[in-house]
Amino acid sequence: MAYPDDLRYSKEHEWVRVEGSTATIGITSFAADELGDVVFVELPEVGATLSQFGTFGVVESVKAVSDLYAPISGEVIEVNEALRDSPELLNADAFGEGWIAKVELTDAGQLDGLMDATTYAEEVA
Amino acid sequence: MSEVGPADLRRTPLHALHRELGARLVPFAGYEMPVQYTSIIEEHRTVRSTVGLFDLSHMGELWVHGSGAVGFLRHALVSDPGSLEIGQAQYSMACDVDGGIIDDLIVYRLADEEFLVVCNASNRAAVMQQLTGLLASGAFGTSLDDRSESTALVAPQGPNAAALVGDLADLDLRAIGNYRSATGTVAGIECLVARTGYTGEDGFELFCDANRAQELWEALTAAGDRHGARPCGLGARDTLRLEAGMPLYGNELGRDTNPFEVNLGRVVKLEKGDFVGRAALQEVKESGAARRLIGLQMVENAIPRAGYEVRADGAAVGQVTSGTLSPTLGTKIAMALVPAELPGPGNAFEVVVRDRPYRAEQVKLPFYKRPRD
Repeated sequence: MAYPDDLRYSKEHEWVRVEGSTATIGITSFAADELGDVVFVELPEVGATLSQFGTFGVVESVKAVSDLYAPISGEVIEVNEALRDSPELLNADAFGEGWIAKVELTDAGQLDGLMDATTYAEEVA
Repeated sequence: MSEVGPADLRRTPLHALHRELGARLVPFAGYEMPVQYTSIIEEHRTVRSTVGLFDLSHMGELWVHGSGAVGFLRHALVSDPGSLEIGQAQYSMACDVDGGIIDDLIVYRLADEEFLVVCNASNRAAVMQQLTGLLASGAFGTSLDDRSESTALVAPQGPNAAALVGDLADLDLRAIGNYRSATGTVAGIECLVARTGYTGEDGFELFCDANRAQELWEALTAAGDRHGARPCGLGARDTLRLEAGMPLYGNELGRDTNPFEVNLGRVVKLEKGDFVGRAALQEVKESGAARRLIGLQMVENAIPRAGYEVRADGAAVGQVTSGTLSPTLGTKIAMALVPAELPGPGNAFEVVVRDRPYRAEQVKLPFYKRPRD
């Protein structure tokens, strides 16, 4: 399984892509595979404040309900509306079309506490 | 995910094959069982459209044999196995004296004085304890033999199941109607070929010696290619049975539920004479069950799950017993136990999901009925 080099990863299997002061977040392909067919995503609301490692949504597979944990703190500025009708995007393209939310970063320093691709790959191996 | 299952979990004779197939194995009823091979939704659709192969070797197989077998089963179960013709099967239950359900079962009449009782793996010990206790309490002239360990069960289920089994069996499957069985060979392996299942589709349950299970599975897989067969796990089995409105022990059924509450009063044959639980069940029938199992379809967007609170007019009235996104219908469905006075088609309920009520409406069970020709 390939984990993109330009992302940072959390132990709870979320990823972050930083562009300027904006961070896009999602769950990793490993997490999506573990869940199985994702059939429902409860997205955060735009304007919601996320705190690092706090819950910010829910993802449901056929059999299980799992919390989403924010990999970084910030304010939600956009959510992936496509997931409401097509939650399977999380399985099909976890690092791309399956992104979950975009967040205005409040503390870029938090990124240092996350893993790079190589470390994450070892973590889930 | 651990590569090695906990040592205290049992394995079916097909365990190594499941592992080779890349199945996700989970603890289930004391066994390490495949919950899915690739995708629950794809496996579910396979059973609705072609044919899925299930390993159900964890289930309990109890043989009841002897001149008193009919009398014994009439006494121990709520149905009347004595009404069965040889080769016929019936859905049944063992209830406690208070009418609570110990397990739901399928009883196959194999011969005049020989029956196969198939029970849930999770309840095998409880059923054996109940039956053994009853046997000791009277002179039934019956032997009870738990052959679960030496018996494998492989179930091809789906519209192409008959074509697949037909390719390999030395039997005329047209002569085996729904809820009928016959002994014969499949791929040269001696099997009890039963036209039963738990998916809402046509299908078979093939009981064979555990030592031949791998051979049987491989033969079905090899012949299955041209019928669109694929292995299916317990995840799909659960969504399939739920769409078909079939109860699951531990969800819809339990010691604290009786057959009348879950719309299975027809299984109880009060007129057959005395049996375990008769007085309690007679009373439930006469006074009416306090609760009823209903079907719900979500109107708002949330997935109902077992244990979630059900409300009517804002007040808590019951619980979801099973719920899922229906792969066939695309809707969010649930079964729920609610007070008997509430149900009515189209009635409004709410299901509480993560502290928020979501609207649902009552729909008829089953949610899905297979097209028949």
